[in-house]
Amino acid sequence: MCFLFEDFKGWKQYCEQHQMPLHQAVIEYEVSEKEASEEKIWDGLANAYTVMKEAVQTGLTQDMTSRSGMINNGAKKVFNYPKPLLSKEFQVLISRALAAKEVNSCMGRVVAAPTAGASGIIPGVMVTFQELHGVDDRKIHEGLLVSAGIALIMEKRASIAGAVGGCQAETGSAAAMAAGAMVYCLGGSVDQVFNAVAITIQCMLGLICDPVAGLVEVPCVVRNASAAAIANSSAQIALADVSGVIPVDECVEAMGEVGQSMETRYKETALGGLAATTTGQAISKRVLIQDIEMLPDEDQE
Amino acid sequence: MAEQSSVFDMIGPVMIGPSSSHTAGVVRIGRVARKILGKAPETADITFYNSFARTYEGHGSDRAIIAGLMDFKTDDDRIKTALDLAKEAGFQYKFKSVGNASVMHPNTVKVVATSGDRTIEVVGESRGGGVIKIGSVNGFGVGFNANLSTMIIMAADKKGAIAFIATVLANEDCNIASMAVNRKGKNDRACHVIEMDSKPSQVTIDFLKHLSWINEVIFIPDIDF
Repeated sequence: MCFLFEDFKGWKQYCEQHQMPLHQAVIEYEVSEKEASEEKIWDGLANAYTVMKEAVQTGLTQDMTSRSGMINNGAKKVFNYPKPLLSKEFQVLISRALAAKEVNSCMGRVVAAPTAGASGIIPGVMVTFQELHGVDDRKIHEGLLVSAGIALIMEKRASIAGAVGGCQAETGSAAAMAAGAMVYCLGGSVDQVFNAVAITIQCMLGLICDPVAGLVEVPCVVRNASAAAIANSSAQIALADVSGVIPVDECVEAMGEVGQSMETRYKETALGGLAATTTGQAISKRVLIQDIEMLPDEDQE
Repeated sequence: MAEQSSVFDMIGPVMIGPSSSHTAGVVRIGRVARKILGKAPETADITFYNSFARTYEGHGSDRAIIAGLMDFKTDDDRIKTALDLAKEAGFQYKFKSVGNASVMHPNTVKVVATSGDRTIEVVGESRGGGVIKIGSVNGFGVGFNANLSTMIIMAADKKGAIAFIATVLANEDCNIASMAVNRKGKNDRACHVIEMDSKPSQVTIDFLKHLSWINEVIFIPDIDF
């Protein structure tokens, strides 16, 4: 019987009991639940990571203008800006996360990880991480397996869909996945990996999903950049063994609880937050289809 | 209890953005319509309902449905330019928006496509994360996800039809995952929708087609293959 990714505590216990690394439990799960071969899993991961790298590259080299015009080559501007605020690496990290997400907004090819709205975070983080730390692709693929395990638990215990749990469920989950993957790839302990996830959730908790005009553009694109930064700050904290105090499973539970009690207007409905601002509504009026035949209300129950 | 998610639901799917429900799911619905039509469409009238009605341009759902009708998969780069490619191919399409369709799922699209003298109507729902449900085909309620091999059989309403079809498939070693049968009226036309774990052979499909009481057999493979 494989481990079914019910919670983090169980994942750790299972790995200790069977003396296997975290990513191996994820492989076992996929083999047993999906009847996949190990080879196919590694191929799938290699393909996903290749698409992620391509998305980063595409966003930094090709024209990225969305149909609404709200997204207009921001990643390249950030990448080419002459004055790094912290360091060149930080600037590159931010522009890469923006780049991959802009590709998504502009109808390019991405990996929904875990969702299309959060598709810039893991590419931005992992491509930059690999470059700085010189780990090989195989290690990154292992990290992606760990991040998939993290997401499987978050999906079960909270949510990974903006319409269900708000933005925290999408960009929050992606940031947690990225933070855990980085700590894992650097040889962090299981506790450190899970602590990175816990701290990331603590930082992303409560974020609402309020897309202007209902499109996956504003604020989704900039939130992919901030989530990439938070993934890095959380991983840095966790590597130093600074505890998030609240255990990871309880953080996930809190995320689920916050998501459930969030009002509908903050869950991808474009009725609250930034979408409901004066400018947000003006944009919505401009870019959305107005020529609609409205059916009469049905009076009968 | 819902099925367990795959690692590649978390790290994936690989898709053309921006939205799994408004883009990827819509490509899949278009592709199902293409399989049901059986050949490249010459015309298509597309109606976007409810949540789709206002945002279909912004999410590229218009390009997505046309791409699907041209048999492109959800990760095909050509989705972005599908409208131009359709024009080049002489494929004519029209879009229409309908709001307040309270009986329909929020993300519903209807496709009426023709090729030669064949016209089909498919209504599909995009249910989130790229998951789809085909609600009706040519006016018959169906309700399949197109993530398994699916067969739609239009036949006469007669005794033993279900047992006969099930036996033919069993002899092919096809395990039936779900089967739904609806009819217009007693002794009228019946629509069988059968989802299977594997693909039946072409000989079996042809055999069923050849029977006098069966009008039509439509086979739809797992939509991502």
